[in-house]
Amino acid sequence: MAIAYSDVAVGTALPTQTFPVTRFHLVRYAGASGDFNPIHWNEKFATSVGLPDVIAHGMFTMAEAARVVTGWVGDPGALKEFSVRFTRPVPVPNDDHGSQIEVSGEVTELLDDRRVKIMLTATHANQKVLGNAVAIVQLP
Amino acid sequence: MGLNAALVGRSYPPTAPYLVGREKVREFATAVGDANPVCHDVAAAQALGYPDVVAPPTFAFVVAYAGSSKAALDPDLGLDYSRVVHGEQRFVFQRPIVAGDSLIATATIEAVRAVAGNDILTTRVDLDTEAGEHVATSFTVIVARGTAEES
Repeated sequence: MAIAYSDVAVGTALPTQTFPVTRFHLVRYAGASGDFNPIHWNEKFATSVGLPDVIAHGMFTMAEAARVVTGWVGDPGALKEFSVRFTRPVPVPNDDHGSQIEVSGEVTELLDDRRVKIMLTATHANQKVLGNAVAIVQLP
Repeated sequence: MGLNAALVGRSYPPTAPYLVGREKVREFATAVGDANPVCHDVAAAQALGYPDVVAPPTFAFVVAYAGSSKAALDPDLGLDYSRVVHGEQRFVFQRPIVAGDSLIATATIEAVRAVAGNDILTTRVDLDTEAGEHVATSFTVIVARGTAEES
């Protein structure tokens, strides 16, 4: 079940996942994280500061990207380093469908100490929303 | 208005301890859609050697935020927080956060710079248990849009 260091090579792909983001998800994340910035739930406020609509928390998008990694390795403790740039907001319309974030990943380097480097790609509407999204995991 | 570069290297007093609750871990895992049993089920977490349920990795930001805010809101820094967006985020984990951890966050200003009219602040937050065990480090880059002086 758990992925072992000997199972992976440069080019090994992580299963791609698509995550829905609706206003419900943002309100729930606001409550759980304590980040109540109104740009994430109040479209009147969001548009008044120049945003196209309510936008998802960057940390919500980062959390979904993390799921692709931790879901692959099984043990969240395998994740040793994780970094992203927030390059583009994810607007979330107030309808039944919301938006979708698609996250894929690929092993790009085998490191010492049974660690591997994974490059992640997160897109919304076919545009990248994260840049330099890198995870370092330590495998059994 | 330009950030005060003299503050690079300044550290802030540690936050009051944040006691990580089991239900908070479950609530956060549910909010990010993480159904991994180790985040919800104590027995599943213990089977992997953890004392209690394991927080999803980005939960570290929730604990670190109180620390990084001390830096971002330092009146000596001159940051217009109303114009701020989250630019970059990085975590380095010694181990995952688990329920029962009592964590203190210590923030340090790592860098200030101005790029294309934006003021950019990099803050480092060390997360340690009250007993002094290092758990994780969070690096946050925030960008204040359009506040830097023209050079």
